[in-house]
Amino acid sequence: MDHDKLILGGKEFTSRFILGSGKYSLKLIEAAVRDAGAQIITLAVRRANTKEQESILDYIPKGVTLLPNTSGARDANEAVRIARLARELGCGDFVKIEIMRDSKYLLPDNQETIKATEILAKEGFVVLPYMYPDLYAARALADAGAAAVMPLAAPIGSNKGLAAREFIQILIDEIDLPIIVDAGIGRPSQACEAMEMGAAAVMANTALATAGDLPLMAAAFRQAIEAGRAAYLSGLGRVLVRGGSASDPLTGFLRS
Amino acid sequence: MVKINGEERDLAGVTLADYLAGGGYDARRVAVERNEEIVPKSRYAQTVLADGDCIEIVNFVGGG
Repeated sequence: MDHDKLILGGKEFTSRFILGSGKYSLKLIEAAVRDAGAQIITLAVRRANTKEQESILDYIPKGVTLLPNTSGARDANEAVRIARLARELGCGDFVKIEIMRDSKYLLPDNQETIKATEILAKEGFVVLPYMYPDLYAARALADAGAAAVMPLAAPIGSNKGLAAREFIQILIDEIDLPIIVDAGIGRPSQACEAMEMGAAAVMANTALATAGDLPLMAAAFRQAIEAGRAAYLSGLGRVLVRGGSASDPLTGFLRS
Repeated sequence: MVKINGEERDLAGVTLADYLAGGGYDARRVAVERNEEIVPKSRYAQTVLADGDCIEIVNFVGGG
């Protein structure tokens, strides 16, 4: 397990838990990062407000890779602008592309996401596109230069779990890039299942932000993700189609 | 008029550096876009706002 690394944009990570930083107090970020064991944290880019003197960057421990998202973008052009602004903020060239035109279900627009991925990958960004789990779109994202593909498990913020399980499995099986399950994961058991399926990492935000004890939930996710990864690497045992199979020897019974 | 973060302001002739300093922005912690093009930090002092400019000043916040 020590040699089991997640590689994104040439950078090696031992943690496979990507932490969101939205919808909770800045003061909880340090404990969340620590208890999650997270090495990557997502951020958003918004219009600056001079009344807020505090910067989220002051709360993120050193050495954690920042993954700005392009939330708020409605098309590829806006996503590209937000990504460039994020890079200008001087915290690296990772970007999570997030393009949504639908305000009810907040579903990502795969076509615009492919366009933005192509432009930003050419500009040297490490592009992690958030997408609706569609095989053709995932192939196009890979061709466009994505460093990973981030399919949603369920509508963002819903905590509904692996609603798209079958389609995420297809991406894991067919796409030669890390598949990072993003959005909709509500419980550690669901994160564990995604990892057992062969996901490269799991991203969670709302599951933690809406939990009773955020750092404790961060720790629970960390353990679940590690357990799921170990299970995947070990190779899951087979499932019988029918009947049972004893775990005990079938000889030597106390019987005359 | 200059549109800054969606608000029309009478700021033609003012440099970006002066506007940021006067507005209480921490120039190290913001990024600026002028008419959809990034303004590098090294050019804040030379960038003079002009009528019709559309300026976006952004920073990082919590997000997923």
